[in-house]
Order: sequence, then C-alpha cells, then structure tokens
Amino acid sequence: MREVGIVGVGHTKFGKMSGGTFTDLLSMAAVQALDDAGVKTGLGHGVDQVFVSTMGAGILNKQSGIASALVDYLNLRPAMAETIENGPASGASAIKLGYMAIASGMCDCVLVVGGEMMRVVSGWEGTDFVATMLHPEAEYNYGLTLPALAGLFTKLCMDKYGITEKDLAIVAVKNHENATHNSVAHIQTVPNLYCITDDEDAHVMNPYVAEPLRLYHVCPVSDGAAAVLLCAMDKADRFKKKPVKIAGIGQATDTHAVAEREVPTDLLAVRLAAQMAYKMAGLTAQDMDVAELHDAFQILEIVESEEVGFFKRGEGHIAARNGETKIGGKIPINTSGGLKAKGHPLGATGVSQVVEIVKQLRGEATGRQVEGAKAGLCVNFGGFGNNVVATILTKEEA
Amino acid sequence: MIVDKMEQSLRPVESPMVPYPAKYITMATGEKLVIRQIAREEVPHILEAVKPLMTVAADFYDIVASRLYSELLGYYRYRVKDEYCLIGTIDGVLVGLVNGRMVDDKVGMSYHTMTLKQGLRIGAQLFAAKMEYHLDFLNQEEVWVVAESPNGFKRWMIEYELESRPETWHELGGVPTYVLTKALWEKHKSAKLAGRRPVKEELLKTAENPILPETYSQIPGYKR
Repeated sequence: MREVGIVGVGHTKFGKMSGGTFTDLLSMAAVQALDDAGVKTGLGHGVDQVFVSTMGAGILNKQSGIASALVDYLNLRPAMAETIENGPASGASAIKLGYMAIASGMCDCVLVVGGEMMRVVSGWEGTDFVATMLHPEAEYNYGLTLPALAGLFTKLCMDKYGITEKDLAIVAVKNHENATHNSVAHIQTVPNLYCITDDEDAHVMNPYVAEPLRLYHVCPVSDGAAAVLLCAMDKADRFKKKPVKIAGIGQATDTHAVAEREVPTDLLAVRLAAQMAYKMAGLTAQDMDVAELHDAFQILEIVESEEVGFFKRGEGHIAARNGETKIGGKIPINTSGGLKAKGHPLGATGVSQVVEIVKQLRGEATGRQVEGAKAGLCVNFGGFGNNVVATILTKEEA
Repeated sequence: MIVDKMEQSLRPVESPMVPYPAKYITMATGEKLVIRQIAREEVPHILEAVKPLMTVAADFYDIVASRLYSELLGYYRYRVKDEYCLIGTIDGVLVGLVNGRMVDDKVGMSYHTMTLKQGLRIGAQLFAAKMEYHLDFLNQEEVWVVAESPNGFKRWMIEYELESRPETWHELGGVPTYVLTKALWEKHKSAKLAGRRPVKEELLKTAENPILPETYSQIPGYKR
C-alpha cells in the first residue's frame, strides 16, 4: 500500500455566510488548498479525484451531485468526482476514501472538500434535519434531537463520574480561548467561567438548552468549508509544501439506537476507531502531541479524551479541570477552538479537524501552536457515536 | 409666532410615566451591560448609531433600523405620544436599543429591538427590559408585540409563548399581533430577565454619553 500525505489545506471563515451558493463556498476552500500546494486548475492540474463531503446539500441547499458541480466550477475536469455522506463524520470519511484511492494506486492526487451551508434554514429546521440521522423508529419518531440525546448522555455521565456543569463550562472556555487565535473560527469572544456558572445572572445568560446542557455547553450552527489535497508520498515532490503524512485511519460503528448499547455512557466506536488508527500508525495515545476531538457537546470532548486513551475512564473532566488539555498542557485538545467555538458545519468538520492538525504539524498554527508537535489525532463523530472516524497525522522528518 | 402655536397644537398630550430605573447585567464575557432610559434630547445622537443599518437587508436590519429611526425621530419631534427608548451600553459604547410606547394605563405597544453588537444575547436582554418596564414599572396588563424578522419571532413569540391575537391591530401595520400578558410575563420572567439595581455611580457614568460603535459586524468594512 502506498503512503499518503497532505500537501495543501484550505479553510473558509466559519459562521454565517451571506450571499453566494454552496458551490461558491466549497470552491473558496478548494482554491485555497490547491494554492497552498501550488496546484493550478485547468490543463494539467493533476487532480485525479475530487471527494466532496456534505450531509445536507440536497436537503438544505436543494443541490445534489455537488462534487460534479464543483469539479466543473473549478475547471478540474475530467477528474473523477463523488459526494460523500456519513452524517457529521462525512469529512473524515471523505479523507479516508481519498486515502484509499491513493493507497490502492488508482489515484496519485485527490482533493477532498467538506462543507455545509446550514444557516439558510431556521434553527428548528436545522435541528430537525440533523435529527434525521437518529434511529427513525426508536428515536426520531419520538421527537428526540441531538441536543436532547446529548443532554441524556451528559446526565448519565454526571451521575456515574461526578462530572459537573462547571466541568463542561471549563472545556467550553478553553475552546473559546483557543478560537480567538484562529481567524477562521465562528465565535471570537471568550465567556468568563464565573459569569456563565456562578454569577447571579448566569442562569439567564447561559440558559439550559437540553438540561443539563446549557448554551455554552453546545456548539453553534455554522456555515463553512474546508479542503485538503492528498497525494502519494512518492509523488509529493511536485508540490510546494512538504507533505504531512496520514499515518493511520480507523473507523468503527455502533448500534444505531443509543438505548441498545450495553454501556450507554461508553463511546465504543470512538475507542475502536482510535485503536485501529493507533495500530495502523504504529503509535499510541501517549505519542500524540495534539488532538482535535469532536465536541459538538462539551461532554463529548471529555468522554472522547478517555476513549482515545489520553485519560483513564471517568477522569477526563478532572484533567480538564487541571488544565491538562490546554495548550501547554499534557495533551492540548481542540486548539482550533473545536466545534464549540470554531463552529460545526457538519460536512466540513472532519476536514477542518485535519486542516488544524496539518497546521500544527507544519508549525503554522500562529498564536495557538503546540511547540514541537509531531503527531496529532482527529476524531470525527457521526450520528450519536454510531459511526466514528479517527485519523492520525505525523510530521515527516527531513 | 402663529407657526409655533400651530406646531405646538400638533404635539400629543403626554401622560405621566414613571422612569425606567437603570440596571446592569453581567454578560457571559464578564462585561457589564448597563440599560437605561434616554432623555428626548439624546435622540439625535442615538439616531447616528441607527442610520448605517438602514440599508442592511440581512436579517431585516433595514426595515427595523428605518422604522426605529422614524419612531425615535417622531419621539424627538413630538409626533408620537408617550414613547420611550432604552439603550444598552458596554464600557460606554452603545450596543443596542429598544423602544415602545404606552397606549393607555393597561396596554403597552412594543416597537423595536435592535442589537448593534451581536453574539452576546444583548437583544434578548433589552427586550426583557422593555417588557419589565411595561409590566413591572408602568404596571400595565399586557404588551402588544410584532416581529419583523425570524430572529425576533423566535426570541419573542416562541420563547415567551406569546398569545396570538391576530384580531388586534398593532401600530406597526397589519402583521399578526402577539401579546405578552402579565401571566405569561410572570411565567417566563425568572428565566428571561437578568440584572441588578442600583447601578453604581461610576458604572452609570460610563453610560451617560454613549460612544457610537466604530464598526458593525452587520456591515463588513464599515468604519465610523
């Protein structure tokens, strides 16, 4: 199997896009990634395949066949093109497929673009759309939404491990602080821990969204796109930037209905996906210098940090309290701001996580750089943990 | 002179209204939002903050800003009866405003809510302060509300479970009218209304001559 690296990254500002089409949004990230790698569109572009990851283009933007549209828009014809959908893990799935296409020898160069334009609908419509990935008969039909499910999950974890609302807020404040050093992050303000937890006005300024989850315990709804250009490591010389190696990829699934899980507070697919990625990379959790974990809800960052092996079960929140997940801590998590503050355009998120780790490994994460970072882990979480992709990137020494 | 007398005759007869006592709210960022009522003579200065948004179509800022401008001008020029305006400032900078008027001793007419600094729930707090003024200080029985943007509909009609009363004609036109009754206010007040009184003199002083925002997130590239 051939080795695969990333030679170009692109990322639009996450937030609310005003004007433009979904294709415009994707193309902005794609052009950045191509430019970063020194690839010109048009004749002789050398891109064999384009994968576009999106969960909602067909529903929210009434646009299907988006990969075909993007290839033409970017003048990358006659590259092969497919649209990939795996819920909020679509981005990492598309990168995995790009990896497979190159590793197999079918392609030398693959462009992966993830994006979502979600703010074209109301919050309620958006919430309902996201909830369509839940079990249609056991969950969705009963009005269950992702925030509601996360609220139930959080309550179970609180009861079992002593996690508090304040612990969730600690994680949120950390991620918001990181986001202020990331110009593409959706939210650029930092909440004050006391003011969102203990102040007299806190219950109004930080209200419940799905008890015990409060406003500052959940990610915003964002538009945005991110892109990476993958290439065969043995063909990387023609690009402007030195490749960052995709050292390991793991993916695992779990029961569709959360209630059917043996231990409902476990995120088994996260654990299995991470183990698979470590094995493929020949590395362990202790070898990771930085991580982007899927914190659509702050409880997920805590539990995922345990499932991927950074902390013992039930101790992730204590590590967060002790600052071990901050930049400068034992294992900095979500240096980009995470989904919490950078934003969560579903189809873009998995790609965006990889972009952040590439920047960290290149030493380009200005203001939030983890010094000497050589290996990083991404966890992209689909459904409510029923389809998870873990990706490990490493810096190749000269 | 006759012209002055004619102009005087055009002015509405003002009813006595207890002033809205200033308060402050600790925002999620730790910043202090001071909410206070402005005097009529402060209106021209405040209008300068509204003006740039009158052509911003996104999120219906254009209609809200244009109407708010006209309403406040009507207040300043004595063409609206019993109107008031509350402003919000953070570190002395104007971050939002709301207005309305007292129809009679029972009914309040909510006009507009405009947030200049987005992302901190300032609009939600200014709206809550407006409802507080009508129902807790003017002791009215209900406030009539309409929404001109989906954001407003979400924040007021849905979150406060406002009573739909389409047969009631709000002064902002024939759009559907909703009503915040005293009972609904009491139901939602504890979750929606924040703030403390009195405001320390030094904090209140920062809100005295509000600084107009230099930039607007709604208008990329704008610089005052």
